[in-house]
Amino acid sequence: MSRTPNLEQENFRPRHADLGTSSWLKILLGCIAWSILACLTPNSLSAQPSMARPSDQAQPKMVKVYGAGGLSGLEAYQSGFLVSPAGHIATAWSYVLDVDPVVILHDGRRFESKIVGFEPALELAVLKIEADDLSFFPIPETNSISWGDPVLAVSNLFGIATGNEPASVMQGRVAAKTKLDARRGTFQTPYRGEVLLLDLVANNPGAAGGALINPEGEFLGMLGKELRDRKTGVWLNYAIPADVLRQPIGDIIAGRKTTLPDESNPVLPREKSHSPTSLGIGLIPDVLENTPAYIDFIEKESAADRVDLRPDDLIVLVNGRRVSHQRAFRDLLRRIDRRDQVALVVQRDNEILDLVLRP
Amino acid sequence: MPSRCLGSALVRIGCLTFALLASVAWLTTQVDAEESSLLPDEQRWIEEFESARIAGIAKAMPSTVMVFVPGGGGGGSGVLISEDGYALTNFHVSSPAGTYMRCGLSDGKVYDAVVVGIDPVGDLALIQLLGREDFSTAEFVPSRSVQVGDWCFAIGNPFLLATNLQPTVTAGIISGVRRYQYPSGTLLEYGNCFQTDASINPGNSGGPLYDNDGDLIGIIGRASFEKRGRVNVGVGYAISGDQAQNFLGCLHSGRVVDHATLGATVGTDEDGSVRVTNILSSSDAYRRGLRYGDEILEIDGQVIQTANDVQNILATFPSSWRIPITYRQEGTSVETLVRLASVHRGSELLEKMKSALPPPPPAPPKPPASPESDDASPESPEDSNAKSSPDEPEQSQPDNSKKAMKDAAGEPVPEIAVNQIEVREGYANYYYNQLQQTKFIERLRRQFEEATTDDSVWKINGTAIPVADNQQPSEFQLTIGEGQFEFKIGNDVERLSRGDELLRVVDEQRDAGILACLSALQRMLAIGPKQFGDTYYWGTMPLSGKRPLRDTVIGIHSDLETRFLHHPESERLEVIESIAGTDTDPAELWFGTDNGGIPSTMQLRYGTTTVLNLQIDDWSVEQAGQPQAPDAPINGDAS
Repeated sequence: MSRTPNLEQENFRPRHADLGTSSWLKILLGCIAWSILACLTPNSLSAQPSMARPSDQAQPKMVKVYGAGGLSGLEAYQSGFLVSPAGHIATAWSYVLDVDPVVILHDGRRFESKIVGFEPALELAVLKIEADDLSFFPIPETNSISWGDPVLAVSNLFGIATGNEPASVMQGRVAAKTKLDARRGTFQTPYRGEVLLLDLVANNPGAAGGALINPEGEFLGMLGKELRDRKTGVWLNYAIPADVLRQPIGDIIAGRKTTLPDESNPVLPREKSHSPTSLGIGLIPDVLENTPAYIDFIEKESAADRVDLRPDDLIVLVNGRRVSHQRAFRDLLRRIDRRDQVALVVQRDNEILDLVLRP
Repeated sequence: MPSRCLGSALVRIGCLTFALLASVAWLTTQVDAEESSLLPDEQRWIEEFESARIAGIAKAMPSTVMVFVPGGGGGGSGVLISEDGYALTNFHVSSPAGTYMRCGLSDGKVYDAVVVGIDPVGDLALIQLLGREDFSTAEFVPSRSVQVGDWCFAIGNPFLLATNLQPTVTAGIISGVRRYQYPSGTLLEYGNCFQTDASINPGNSGGPLYDNDGDLIGIIGRASFEKRGRVNVGVGYAISGDQAQNFLGCLHSGRVVDHATLGATVGTDEDGSVRVTNILSSSDAYRRGLRYGDEILEIDGQVIQTANDVQNILATFPSSWRIPITYRQEGTSVETLVRLASVHRGSELLEKMKSALPPPPPAPPKPPASPESDDASPESPEDSNAKSSPDEPEQSQPDNSKKAMKDAAGEPVPEIAVNQIEVREGYANYYYNQLQQTKFIERLRRQFEEATTDDSVWKINGTAIPVADNQQPSEFQLTIGEGQFEFKIGNDVERLSRGDELLRVVDEQRDAGILACLSALQRMLAIGPKQFGDTYYWGTMPLSGKRPLRDTVIGIHSDLETRFLHHPESERLEVIESIAGTDTDPAELWFGTDNGGIPSTMQLRYGTTTVLNLQIDDWSVEQAGQPQAPDAPINGDAS
């Protein structure tokens, strides 16, 4: 097969490229420089490119995530990408992470991972594996991508890339930049910010948490979970842009946001700590190993009642820490002094609410 | 003065204004030039890229086949790979059609086609389009070099839309390589296949996947579907061209081809190494020293990194291939050759295949038969004869039974196709096996022209060259003929006369195994494949793990299975293998020749050990019953 690996940046410079200055001098210099370059540039540079180079570059930065699921059509796998050389992995927050997931690197190495933190509003989670010197995607501050630009979506879709097999790469273009207006089942999704809609079928099982890159191999965004358009019901192929992800990922890695139970924060005696009952919260019956922390009823004139907590609210965070099930919720409350306030993040239908309960 | 000053000032202002305007105009031009300067470059790239793709598509289009099962019972795609009309498609595309189908090309013409051979496990079928000898063909390129990210395109017949015989082109990139797709149902297994985001839909099956230059890299066969019914979601799979080429020789045999297994299972250890977790003691791998816990390092020259790799590579080989394997045992690396066993035993494959076949498509209702057209009516006596044909003698009712063949729609199959169909149990189309058998015996008799007579006794004399340190060179004499087989080496003489004795010496791996190989050769030359025993063209396989692939014919006589391996170019018989059973090494007789005729050297091997190395001085032929007749030397230097 003939292939031309040269993939010069100017080949893919978007048409909307900003001249960037009104300075005549710069224009003049630019013109002269370009003319010289144009004379010197051999024709081969503009020969047909292969997407093999960016595809290959992306592979060491991609991971396969295996966790909960595997029943009733719920796949137990998804995608992720490295965001630090020390083994921080960004991925989509989903049921797959209900257990500590197993992460497999591009070379087939297998790691147990810990969930470092997550951002419910973006449905983003950051995992950590004990490894170093890893290739990773720097997350850019600004987002210069526009509709029509060519992109590659790299993911572990359908779980077909196991072990050291390369992650799947699909090509397409950004079809639109728009606000997300989507639903999962009957619920509207919490994130309603800007997304990149894609003309490739990124909406497949396991693709969530994959990376969207440009033909230079630079990170553009994270492939989102399977969603449908809220009004039409059409499946959406989209990615959350890099600039939206940058700060939350940075905050989680820096420890400004965490959901891990802090072991230095000891369990207090029952009479000195909070409990669901002391806050006036009645939870649904705890019949499963991982019964979610759904509220069944609220005691009148309790702390919970005063902030208008309601039945069917799902408790997501307590003092910034993740509540994966009722046991975790009780455990976290046992670590908070009865005299201190409790900050909750709850999901009510399609809304995420921050509430502070004062004793 | 003021007026002059004014005039001068006006001139200056005028000049400045002009200069300014000129500068602005020049700069504007330059700005435009720079703005548009991106476009010509980008445009040139797009033009070149698209031109290359258009040229690739134009090159590829004529070789794409649109397969239609008669009676509207389905169809798919295919690709022509030889000028005389051989085309590859999927087994699951050809199977509803039975042996006969109709195929359209982009030239707008429809051709009759017959099934040649099938690989139900790997989902491949070889068909032949009839009526021309100058079909446009696609060229295979080594698909091992294909990378993730390479541009590719598929041409085919999605949703069977190409009823106007204009196929659909969809483009994309290679999304993944080395993909393993688990068996769907009981049979189909895709090993080491390509994944592409080029749009693949039902009906693309069997069609070609081309690289951007229009060269063939794979045969499309499968896709992942999700939530949208059976409609493309950007994940299609293609059987690699390398795998297809491995099976091509076997498919030409008209057989139902099986896949290979190592006879051992493997798992990935905690340290990442791939280790044997179970092994059959009857497997060739066990005989070559592979044991539980050994680490597999390479198979067929490809490095093994995961247990998945083992399955991926093995899935691309037909059964019985002998391939190089490297493993590590107690710190020592061992390189050896292993004969791969069949995945299925006996008629198991045929039974599974029958259960995997879709129900036959509903035939359209028949118009009432007119009194004039009663020559091919379903009630005609020929029809019932055709159904009971497989076990009947070959020459009985040859034409009448064939005329009654019906296609999937219940219509008579055209004569051009009937002439190339031979139904036989265990074969996709025995006609093609017979073709190859005829070629084989012609080739063999050409090489051994001087040794081919009906009643002859061979006398082969020469020197046995030592193969071990404690041996001395000695004279040998071989006598083969009239049901007597004698091997004299030094003072040792071995005389055999019965088939079971030949079987025993091979089973016990003795030097006299050479008699089994030579007697089979003599028998084949004398009476040909039709009378030799159960004889069939097997296909192609590597010789001792090396290419080119050798044409292989198998004959079974007196429970002894004999394989004849011919070089595809020199057409010279290189090796005869006599197999006494699956749990022992066969006797391999290797021939060396100086001029392509009668061999000048012979080596007998068991497994990877050479037990005899013979230099032939004289290979003479006597007529049977004339033991005292003067020798008729036939090799050049003895005359």
